[in-house]
Parts: sequence; structure tokens; C-alpha cells
Amino acid sequence: MNIRNSKYKNLFLVSYLDLKESIRSKWFLIYSIVFGGLIALFFIAGVTESQVMGFSGLSRLLLMYIQITIVILPIFILITTVRSISNDRDSHILEYMLSFPISLKEYYWGKLLGRFITVYLPVLFAMIIAVVYGVTKGATVPWELFFLYIGLLFAMSSSFLGISFLISSFVKSSEVALGLAFFIWIFLLSFIDIALISLMLSQRVSSELIIFISLINPMEIFRVSAISLFDPQLTVMGPVAFYILDIFSQKVFVLLSILYPTLLGLGLAFLGNRIFQKKDLV
Amino acid sequence: MIEIKNVTKRFDKTISLNNITIDFNIGESIALMGANGAGKTTLIRAILGYYHLDSGSIFVNSLNPIKDRVEVLKHISFVPQLPPPIKLNIGELLDYVSISSDISIDLIREYANELKLDIDSNLKKSFFKLSGGMKQKLLIAISLAKQSDIIIYDEPTANLDPKAREDFYRLLEKSSNNKIMLFVTHRLEEVSSLVNREVYMDLGNVISDKKI
Ligand SMILES: Nc1ncnc2c1ncn2[C@@H]1O[C@H](COP(=O)(O)OP(=O)(O)OP(=O)(O)O)[C@@H](O)[C@H]1O
Ligand SMILES: [Mg+2]
Repeated sequence: MNIRNSKYKNLFLVSYLDLKESIRSKWFLIYSIVFGGLIALFFIAGVTESQVMGFSGLSRLLLMYIQITIVILPIFILITTVRSISNDRDSHILEYMLSFPISLKEYYWGKLLGRFITVYLPVLFAMIIAVVYGVTKGATVPWELFFLYIGLLFAMSSSFLGISFLISSFVKSSEVALGLAFFIWIFLLSFIDIALISLMLSQRVSSELIIFISLINPMEIFRVSAISLFDPQLTVMGPVAFYILDIFSQKVFVLLSILYPTLLGLGLAFLGNRIFQKKDLV
Repeated sequence: MIEIKNVTKRFDKTISLNNITIDFNIGESIALMGANGAGKTTLIRAILGYYHLDSGSIFVNSLNPIKDRVEVLKHISFVPQLPPPIKLNIGELLDYVSISSDISIDLIREYANELKLDIDSNLKKSFFKLSGGMKQKLLIAISLAKQSDIIIYDEPTANLDPKAREDFYRLLEKSSNNKIMLFVTHRLEEVSSLVNREVYMDLGNVISDKKI
């Protein structure tokens, strides 16, 4: 490790140490087991071999994986990172660690980078293992799908990490942070849908608006975009597809669903950084 | 030099620092005393740039500890009142301090040896799993190895056994020239041979300030 001379040495130092600490922790073990285990379960269930061997088998595996990821990944990211700064503040770790000449920017972004690597790598590895397994079984790898998924996962991880760090920067205690994170998860996962469905039924709001609102939810745009990879006409979504594909082509839509959550996460993280600098540290 | 001018810091209703004005100069060893809740820790944290003040200003070597935090903290060694539950292991903690502050790990090891703390056999141990006294010894060794011109200790001897306290004060006496040393303490008799200024605080005010 030769980071001593880099301009970003403190940033890398903070992320490297955070990464090491995370990898040793129990939550990381559970997290990796869940994602690794999921993939293993799919293999055992024989998803890759069902139907016609090859393309559709592996694609179905990825689709199932994506569906489960939508539910699990956000809550995992939220509960494991939302306390990263607030916990250090509560337990007076910040008081000591920040008595060394490290800028607050380096500390904040270093932590964020470390956490990003921790949450993204296991998910990525699970995908790679799935592909390797598929190849050894003689399947043709749907590379385009694979890379777009990796992009979508990256985007969703970014947006939730951004939400986490924003919360972490302003809450008073880590319990509150956890509660708030859980609420946001439930809210994005189902509450919005329920509210929007009832709005739709009452027919007082235009469908375009409702679709727009639902798609600014990073979980929802992830879901729709993932489905569109298999079903470019979005036929399973019924008339809603018409509105979406009327505005964007499917390709543009997928790109947007990678770009938007990434920028959203980055924006929220920047906001968190501002708050972190403006508030008392201990 | 540390210049504290008309500093007020409130937490909700509590006034922790009430319009405090005081300077600390090179060559001074200060015992900062006062009842629990007097505002000693708050004053120290303000010097370290952790608090946004309600009013007043603090300058450390003419620099603002919030705006120029990196420059200011290069000159300060600090040991907190309670060793925090850092999860890094000792080796990692040493990497953190040595890379961020250019502290020599060999020097830390030397000071640790003087305090009868064996670092090398504990390198893989989590910091928070050390005993209370071992934690304090390590933080003290780091603070001395940093060779700063400003040393701030918030009751660092609370967990040390009598022998370790002796070692600690012996080390300090050796390195106390041309520095500002600020000790928060409840036991003046322990530091009396070391200090040349006694400051008492109560309810956020400096109530007495004697040079001796
Ligand atoms: N983060 C905070 N939020 C609210 N109140 C605080 C905070 N930090 C300190 N205080 C209050 O400020 C006052 C001064 O506290 P401080 O820790 O400075 O006392 P102290 O002199 O160090 O006491 P001790 O000898 O017990 O360490 C106390 O009334 C305390 O409750
Ligand atoms: Mg105190």
C-alpha cells in the first residue's frame, strides 16, 4: 500500500480503513452470505437449466436476482451505512479521529467511498459467479443484459448510499437514523405505490403525473428498467408502458435509469457533506 | 498561541461557555480545573474546532480552527477524556495516525515501551478490546510521538495505575519546553510540579486564573 505520497492519501486512508473494518464485521458476513446464498439457491433450484438451456435460463436467473435485489439491497445499504457517521459521533470516535489533520471533506468522502465498495462488491461478485456458472454449463452469456444490470445496480446503490449519508449527517442519534432509514425504505418500497394506485383510481390526477411521480422513486425506475431489458415493449405493464415509451425510446430510458439514480445519490451525498461541515462535530 | 475571545457556546438552554476570554501562551503548562459540568471539555473541543460558536472567536497560531482545521491540527496533540470504542485494530490505528499526521511508528513504540505498553503483541487486537489503562497509554504514546507544540489532555490519567502515572509525568517533564500544555484535571497535587498556571472554571466562566 503506497498511498503516502498521493494527494488523496487521507481520503484513501479513511476508505481503506473503513473497508477493512466493514469486511471484518458481522453485518458484512451476513450481507455476503445473503447475496451469495441467493445465487446458490437459484442454481440448486435449477433456474439456469430450466426451459431451453442457454440464454433464457441465465436471463431468468438474472431477472429473479434483480427482483429480489430490489427489496433487499436498499434496506441492507440503509441499515448498514445510515449510522456510519452518526454512530462515530455518538460514541465519541469522531472526537478522537478528527483531532488529526484530516479535512472533513476527506473524512466524509473517504467513508462514503469505503462503504460504497463494501456494499457494491458482493452484489457484483454474485453476478459474476452466476455468469461464470452459466458459462460452465454451456449457456450463452447475455452480455448486454449483464452490463446493463451492473449499471442499474450501481445506480441503485449510489442513490441509497446518498440517502444514507444524508441522514447520517443530520440526525441527532443513530437510533433516529435507523428509524428514519427504515421508514424511507417502506415508503419507497410500497407506500408510494399504494398511494399512487388510489390516486389513479380516483381519476383526479393525470396518468402522466402519476407515472412521473412513481419513476422519480429510484426503486421503481430500477424495476421498470430491469423489466424493459427482457421485455422492451414493457407489455407486462399494460397501458403504462405506452406513456413511458412514448416519451423515451427503450434505450434512452435504460440509460436514464442508470444516470438519474446515480446523480440523485451524488446530489444527496453532497448535501450531506455540506451539513456535516456546518454542524458541530461532537 | 491560543487566543480565546468572548466565546459563548450554548446547547439548547445550557450555556456551556459564557463569554470566555483567555489566552494560552508558549511556555505555559496550565491546569484547567473546575466542577463536573463546568465547561472544561467544551472549551477544549472549541479549541479543536469541533463547535460552531454562538459568538466570539478562537485563534490557534493566528488560524481559525474550523476554517484552517488541517493546519491547526498539525500542531495539536489531544487525548480525550474517555478513550473512544474505536473498532480498528492497533496496527490500523497506527497506520491512521502515522499516515495522516506523519508520526513515526517507531517513536510511538518507544513511548509505549516507556509506559510499559507492549504494542507489538497487540497489533491485531481491536482498540476497544484493550483495557482502559492500555487504551490511555496508547493514546498518550501517540500524542507524545506527534511532537506538537500544543498538547491538550482531558484527564488522561483516570485509568492509569500509580506506576503508569509516574511514568507519564516523567515523560511529560522531559518534553515540556517551548510548548503549550493544557491539562484538565481534578487532582492538582498530581500535576502541581508540572504546571505554572492554574485556571478554574465554573458554570461556563473562568473564575480564577493564577500564574505560579
Ligand atoms: N453536546 C452537548 N449537548 C448538550 N449539552 C452539552 C453537550 N456537551 C456539553 N454539554 C453541557 O455543557 C456543560 C459543560 O459540559 P463539559 O463536558 O464541558 O463539562 P466538564 O467541565 O468537562 O465536566 P467534567 O469534569 O464532568 O468532564 C454541561 O452542562 C453539559 O451538560
Ligand atoms: Mg469533561
